[in-house]
Amino acid sequence: MFLPHTDADRDDMLQTIGVDNFEDLFRSIPSDRLFPKLDLPDGITEMEALAELQHISDANETTDELISFLGAGAYNHYSPAAVDSILRRGEFYTAYTPYQPEISQGTLQTIFEYQSMIVGLTGMDVSNASHYDGATAVAEAVNMAHQNFRGRRNKVVLSPGLNPQYRETVSTYIQESDIQLRGEDIPLTGNPNNLIPLIDKETALVVVQYPDFYGRIHDFSKLVEAAHKVKSLVAVHVNPLALGLLKPPGDFGADIVTGEGQTLGLPLAFGGPYLGIFATRKKYVRKMAGRIAGETVDGKGQRGYVLTLSTREQHIRRERASSNICTNQGLVLLAATIYMSLLGKNGLRQVAELNYHKAHYAAEKITAIPGFELVYDTPFFNEFTVRCPRPAAEINKHLLADDIIVGYDLGQIDGSMNDQILIAVTEMNSRPEIEYFAQALSEESYD
Amino acid sequence: MTEATIFELSSPGRQGAYFPEPDVPTAPIEAAITRDTLPLPEVSEIDVVRHFTRLSQLNHGVDTGFYPLGSCTMKYNPKINEETCRLPGFTKIHPLQPVETVQGAIGLMYELQEWLKAISGFDAVSLQPAAGAHGELSGVLIIRAYHRARGNHKRVKMLIPDSAHGTNPASSTMSKLEIVELPSDERGNINLDALKTECDETLAGIMITNPNTLGLFDENIKAASDLVHEAGGLVYGDGANLNAIMGIIRPSELGIDVMHFNLHKTFSTPHGGGGPGSGPVGVSADLASFLPAPIAAIIEEGEEYTPPLYGLIDPDNSIGRVKAFHGHFGVIVRAFTYIMMLGGNGLRRASEHAVLNANYLLARLRDTYHVPYDRICMHEFVAEGKWEDVPDIHALDIAKRLMDFGFHPPTNYFPLIVSEALMIEPTETESKETLDAFVDALIQIAAEARENPELLHAAPHITPIRRLDELKAVRDLVLSCGFSDDYGD
Repeated sequence: MFLPHTDADRDDMLQTIGVDNFEDLFRSIPSDRLFPKLDLPDGITEMEALAELQHISDANETTDELISFLGAGAYNHYSPAAVDSILRRGEFYTAYTPYQPEISQGTLQTIFEYQSMIVGLTGMDVSNASHYDGATAVAEAVNMAHQNFRGRRNKVVLSPGLNPQYRETVSTYIQESDIQLRGEDIPLTGNPNNLIPLIDKETALVVVQYPDFYGRIHDFSKLVEAAHKVKSLVAVHVNPLALGLLKPPGDFGADIVTGEGQTLGLPLAFGGPYLGIFATRKKYVRKMAGRIAGETVDGKGQRGYVLTLSTREQHIRRERASSNICTNQGLVLLAATIYMSLLGKNGLRQVAELNYHKAHYAAEKITAIPGFELVYDTPFFNEFTVRCPRPAAEINKHLLADDIIVGYDLGQIDGSMNDQILIAVTEMNSRPEIEYFAQALSEESYD
Repeated sequence: MTEATIFELSSPGRQGAYFPEPDVPTAPIEAAITRDTLPLPEVSEIDVVRHFTRLSQLNHGVDTGFYPLGSCTMKYNPKINEETCRLPGFTKIHPLQPVETVQGAIGLMYELQEWLKAISGFDAVSLQPAAGAHGELSGVLIIRAYHRARGNHKRVKMLIPDSAHGTNPASSTMSKLEIVELPSDERGNINLDALKTECDETLAGIMITNPNTLGLFDENIKAASDLVHEAGGLVYGDGANLNAIMGIIRPSELGIDVMHFNLHKTFSTPHGGGGPGSGPVGVSADLASFLPAPIAAIIEEGEEYTPPLYGLIDPDNSIGRVKAFHGHFGVIVRAFTYIMMLGGNGLRRASEHAVLNANYLLARLRDTYHVPYDRICMHEFVAEGKWEDVPDIHALDIAKRLMDFGFHPPTNYFPLIVSEALMIEPTETESKETLDAFVDALIQIAAEARENPELLHAAPHITPIRRLDELKAVRDLVLSCGFSDDYGD
C-alpha cells in the first residue's frame, strides 16, 4: 500500500545496491528474532477502511445528536467552512517545520500573522508559535518563570480557579524540580485577593485563569500589584474567545498570557489536537520557549520571514535548552489564524457577545427553577456554576436519557461539590434548546 | 514573490464571517470588564481564502515534491486519513462526555494501544503525549519514577550518545538528570568501552536512537543494553527512526525498556508545517504502572453479542497527566487508519522499501559525496556536503541549490558528529524515477561546485524568495505586524 515500486524497479535497485534480496539489507541486525509475525489484522483497502471507521465513529454520540452544555476546558463552537477548506491544502499540511525559509514562506508568514493576532488579543508584546495545549502552555510558563529567577525563587502559586487538569499537568512537569506549588488549599469561594498572603520574595510566579475554571471573571488588579511589589511574575490563562469581549490581560499587568486556543474555530475532537497560546512581555522574549517567526529581508531586499532566536532551542543548546519543545501545533495555529481573520475585529466581538447573552439567558432560566441557584455572584462569560437540589451525577444521568448533557459534574473534582454542575452555553445552543433544557431540569426540582 | 500580510489587506468595515443576532434577550455587560479595542484585521471571506491560498503556494510540501528530510520521515500522507479523522463521530465529541456515549473513540484508542504493542513488543502504551519530545519527556520521567519507587535516589546519570537528537539531552535536563555524552566508535556504533566506565550505581539509564541518526543499525545495541541493565539502569529508545524496522525487529527485543513513537513520522500522519504530532510512549511490564494518565482500558469484558465497555483509567503509579484530556485524538485516528490499511505485512513492506530506497540513493551517490560511515544503511544515511578541492562550498550551498531542482533539501548540519552533514531519508513512498532525478540533481550540483561555484553560493534562484538575512531577523526582532521595538538585551 502506498508503494510505487514495480517488480522491475525492485530488481534494478537491489542490483545497484549489490544485494540479492531484502533480507540482505538487514544483516547488520544482530538478532535471531528478525521478521516477527506482527499480531495485527490483515491489511484492507481504502474502501473497507472507511466503512470500518464509519462504523466505529457511529458508536459515538455527537453534539449533533445530543443537546450539550458541557465545557470545562473544551467548547462547542461554530467554525466557518473556509477554515477547514484552507486547512486541507496539502502545501500546508504536508510540510514540515519551516527550517528552509525559501520554500516555507506560507507557514512562516502564517506564524507571524498568528503571533500578531495573539499579541493584539492578549495585550502582550510577543507571542511564540504555540505549545501543545493550554495545560502545557501553563507548565511552560511555570518553567520560564523559574528560570527567569535562575532557580533562586522556587514557589509558584496556582489559583484554585485554575483548571484542575492544568494543575495536574504542571505537577507532572515539575516533579523532579525544587518548585513548590501553593494555593491548593485556598477556598474556592473567595476572590483572588485571598492568594496575596501566599506571595513573597520566594514566589517566582502566580497563575490565575480568566474566566476561571468555574466561569468567574475576577478583577486581578490588586493581586497583580501585590505580586509585582515583590517582583513575582503573573501568568493569566485565558479563553481567547472571551477576549473578544473582555479586557485583555495586558491591561491589568500580566507578565505572561497563556491560553487554550480550541475556542478559535477548532473542533472538539475528543480533546485534541488543540492549541497552547503563549505570549509575554518583550523583556522575557529570550526566556520564552518554543518557536518564533521574525521578519527580515532576502538578498534582493524582499520582505520574508524566518524562525528566529533559535539559539534558545534544544537543537542548538541541547542540555542547556530551557525546554525540549520542537514540534508544536503548526496546522492548528493556521486554523486559529484563519478563524481570527474571517471573524476579525467585529466578528470576534459579536460571537463573544452572543455567548455572553445565551449563557446569561440560560442562567436566568435555570435559577428560576426552585432548588437551583448560582454558586457565585461573580460576573461570568459563557460558563457558570449551579448548585442543584440533588447530586449532579443523578441529574446528569436522568437527563442523558433525554439526550441532554447537563454539564460537568464538579463532584468529580471534589466530593464536597457533588451538588454542583458547571454549565457552558455557546452560540451553538439555540433558545428552544435552552428552554427545553430548563424544562427538563425543572423536573429534577422536586422528588 | 511575496504576499501582503492579512493586516495590510484590512479595510475598516469588512468582515469574513457573520453570526446570527441573539435569539434570546440580551443581558447587560458591565463596561468595567470589557475591552475598548480589538486590533484584528477586517477582511472579507474572499480576501482570506485568496490570502491563505497564495501563502500555501509559497510552501513546499510532500504533496508538491520530494522531501528527503533526514530524521523526519516525510512519507506520503494518505488522503483517506484526512477523511476518517473528520468523520462527525470523531470531531463532534467532547472529551468529558460520559464514557457510554464515546465507546467508539475509546475503543479505537484501546485498539491502537494494542497495535503499537504488537509492533514494538512492549507490554503497555499510553497515547497521551502530544509530540515526540513530549513522549520523550514522559519516558524519562518514567525512568526517574521507577528508580525512586525502588528507593534508588542516587540514579541521576543519563548517558546520551553524541549522535543523539537535541531533544534527548533537553528532555533529560527537564527531568533534572545529569547528562554524560558517549562517543561513537569508528563504525558509528555506541562505544562500549566508554559505556563500561560510566556503568555505576549512579546510572539512571541510556537514551538510544536505533537505527541511530547516522541511519545505521547500532550493532552494539544488545551488548550496550545488557551492560546498562547489569548496572541497574534502564534503556530509553528514541522511536523517531521506527520506520526502518517495523516487522523487521521489535524494539523490545533489543533490550529497550521505554520508547516513544512518532505517529507523525512512522504512521503517515501529516506534519502540518510543524505539528500537531503525537508521541505515544510504550514500556516493558515493569514500567507499565508509571505511564502517563489516562490510558484506554476495558472496564467490563464483553460477551458473545455485547462489546466490552471501554473506559479511561489512571495507571497506579502514573507520573501524572502530561496534558489536558486524552492525547491528540485527531492524529490518533489518522494513524489508526494507516495501520488498519497496511496490516502487519504492509508495515513490514513499508520498512523494507524505506531501507531499499535509502540504500539505492547511497549506492548511487557514494562516488560523488563522501559518506563517512559507509555500510548498508537503514532508512537514511549521512553524506558530507563538502569536497577538499572546493573548500568554500558548504552543505548549506548544496541544500539551497537543490531547491532550484524542485527538491526539499536533506537535513543539514545534523548529526553533529559528521562535518557538513547532509542527512538523507527518502522514505518508502517515493518511486525509482524520483530517486533517480534527485541523484541526477546532486551529481550535477557536484559538477557545478567545480565549474560555477557562484551558482551554488547564490542559490536558490527560482524560489519565491531568496536567502534571507537571519542575522537581521535576530538584530531587529520584528515579531509581529506593525510592532517593532528593541526587545531587551
